[in-house]
Amino acid sequence: MDNAAAVAKKKEPLVRITRRESMKTYKSVGIRLIAVLLSLIVSAFLIYSITKVNPLKVYVSMWNGAFGTARRSWVTIRDVMMLLCIAVGLAPAFKMKFWNIGAEGQILVGGIATAACMIYLKSLPPWLLFICMLASSLLAGAIWGLLPAVFKAKWNTNETLFTLMMNYVAIQLTSFFVAKWENPYGSNTVGVINQTGREGWFPSIFGQEYMLNVILVMVLTVGMFVYLKYSKQGYEIAVIGDSQNTARYAGISVRKVVIRTMLISGAICGLSGFLAVSGASHTISTSTAGGKGFTAIIVAWLAKFNTFTMIAISLLIVFLEKGAIEIASQYNLNDYVSSMITGIILFFILGSEFFINYKLIFRSREGGAR
Amino acid sequence: MTGFVSLFQAAVVFGTVIMFGSVGETITERSGNLNLGVPGIMYLGAIASLAGSFFYENSVENPSPILCVLIALVAAFLASALGGLIFSFLTITLRANQNVTGLTLTIFGSGVANFFGGSLNTLAGGVGQISVASTSAAFRAGLPLISGGSGVFSQLFLNYGWMTYVAILIAILSQWFLSHTRTGLNLRAVGENPATADAAGANVTAYRYLATCIGAGISGMGGLFYVMDYTKGTWANDGTIENLGWLAVALVIFTTWRPKNAIWGAYLFGILYWAYFYIMGLTRASQEIFKMLPYVVTIIVLIMISLRKKRENQPPEGLGLAYFREDR
Repeated sequence: MDNAAAVAKKKEPLVRITRRESMKTYKSVGIRLIAVLLSLIVSAFLIYSITKVNPLKVYVSMWNGAFGTARRSWVTIRDVMMLLCIAVGLAPAFKMKFWNIGAEGQILVGGIATAACMIYLKSLPPWLLFICMLASSLLAGAIWGLLPAVFKAKWNTNETLFTLMMNYVAIQLTSFFVAKWENPYGSNTVGVINQTGREGWFPSIFGQEYMLNVILVMVLTVGMFVYLKYSKQGYEIAVIGDSQNTARYAGISVRKVVIRTMLISGAICGLSGFLAVSGASHTISTSTAGGKGFTAIIVAWLAKFNTFTMIAISLLIVFLEKGAIEIASQYNLNDYVSSMITGIILFFILGSEFFINYKLIFRSREGGAR
Repeated sequence: MTGFVSLFQAAVVFGTVIMFGSVGETITERSGNLNLGVPGIMYLGAIASLAGSFFYENSVENPSPILCVLIALVAAFLASALGGLIFSFLTITLRANQNVTGLTLTIFGSGVANFFGGSLNTLAGGVGQISVASTSAAFRAGLPLISGGSGVFSQLFLNYGWMTYVAILIAILSQWFLSHTRTGLNLRAVGENPATADAAGANVTAYRYLATCIGAGISGMGGLFYVMDYTKGTWANDGTIENLGWLAVALVIFTTWRPKNAIWGAYLFGILYWAYFYIMGLTRASQEIFKMLPYVVTIIVLIMISLRKKRENQPPEGLGLAYFREDR
């Protein structure tokens, strides 16, 4: 080895990072599984240090919390569908690199619209009421998504911050309607709407209360997959997401696509407000969205906008939530433990993406880069 | 007049929480990191200060006020800087997406804080809710010599806990740092155009790590102020800190990324937030509409700065974008 090479070797960093071209599916799935496993181990240590209970037992009781009985399984499925629906709504916006952080608000306005129909239009025939709720929730969500999109398209207003602020406008709007519709007077909650006549509640299908949620969301999931992958509009979204300049060069009207995509995105998020109010809680409050709009962002991002992958991730997150609530009640803790564990697991999954997208090259002993 | 005085006082206490939050976040954002974990970081700061002083107060007979304050400050700063470190490691070293990482940090922070806030006392074998009276009293002490007057001027400006003035001082220092020191100018260059700053010899990674961790530490002081001054050393799982954290993010926009504007901006947000309380004849429902004001004002400011396109008011050019030297 001559002198120059020795100097070069000394200057070469220990680790270099390069982008991977591609990775075999089983490998990338493997890396993610390892990440989830690691995070579960870390969480187990955490749980053990707080409760002094065997972590394995804790995970068994988590399983019981989520799938212990048929009733619990259905509630878990219902919540998975809700989260999935929001993530499916966010997918087109994110694929376009439009940071729609405002799902929380879009869900709430969709929920308000649904609740308003249930309260004021309950004398309509059930099928017409259903259509009214569906249409108004879609419309409300679309309007909430449209506002930031128009300003983004015309004046390049920062959409991350705009949609974020719209969440809080929606939350205050919800508080306004809760105070307006409160029942009984002075309780500051709306209570269960139409408890006696069940007007506007989702009907049971095949004897299952939440079957309609599943059907609606599954249709959306498949539809969105096809829309993004095989339609011309989906292709336009992908091009804009990769490079706006390329899109302009190819003659795509970026403004038009941004506005159109956000209408769709907002509308689907509004629809999940319909699911939450009409198909699940039958009431409206500021916690109707309950942070799911934010969690769904992470779901959509981790799934790389593939709506089928979103099913698995939503299932994982909802399972953890249900499980943690079960632990909390068994060991007298409060259920915020679920946010803590969810946070840890998401940190690990986010970190693991690095090992899928990049390759570490260590300095070789023989000198010179490989 | 008394109505205005009490509105102003409420606004100042409220504003101080978000002033800390937003000044810290401004420093972070000036480096190009859009950390949406501010609410989580404020949560971490809040719970760490509460836990630190809780264990100290429980372990000695007569807690010394100075130690109380020191322990709470150090615990809050370390915990929130740790939050910033998690964010930096994931986004800078592991190149994860900033928005997603920030939101995860918010989920994590609120989980940790509400979990321990709600059950710390039970875990330690006590009964009921956590309370740290001595530390809170030490934090709510006014400035020596000047505070305690009863005139209108004293009531308006002088009679707050000393952290209120620390917040103003930090805002002024941050502004001076960002616009008058070489390091501060380098930091802004990193946030505007990391590739150019890199070529000019600034260590982009180091700047971003430090700005994010120190910024998070300052934001965490907002959480500390909230539990020690605003709620007088107690804890409630009501999600207020999260709302305040998002308001702090809003305030960063409102100030057009200048800490000096946070001084009046924070109090203005406080006045807007509490205005409903002092306007006669509002129903409970219409009060809620009034509480929208800070957010609506922020949206208007956001639209205005994008309409007017004044270059010095724009967000940092590289905000939210990761920088990898290898990517061209």
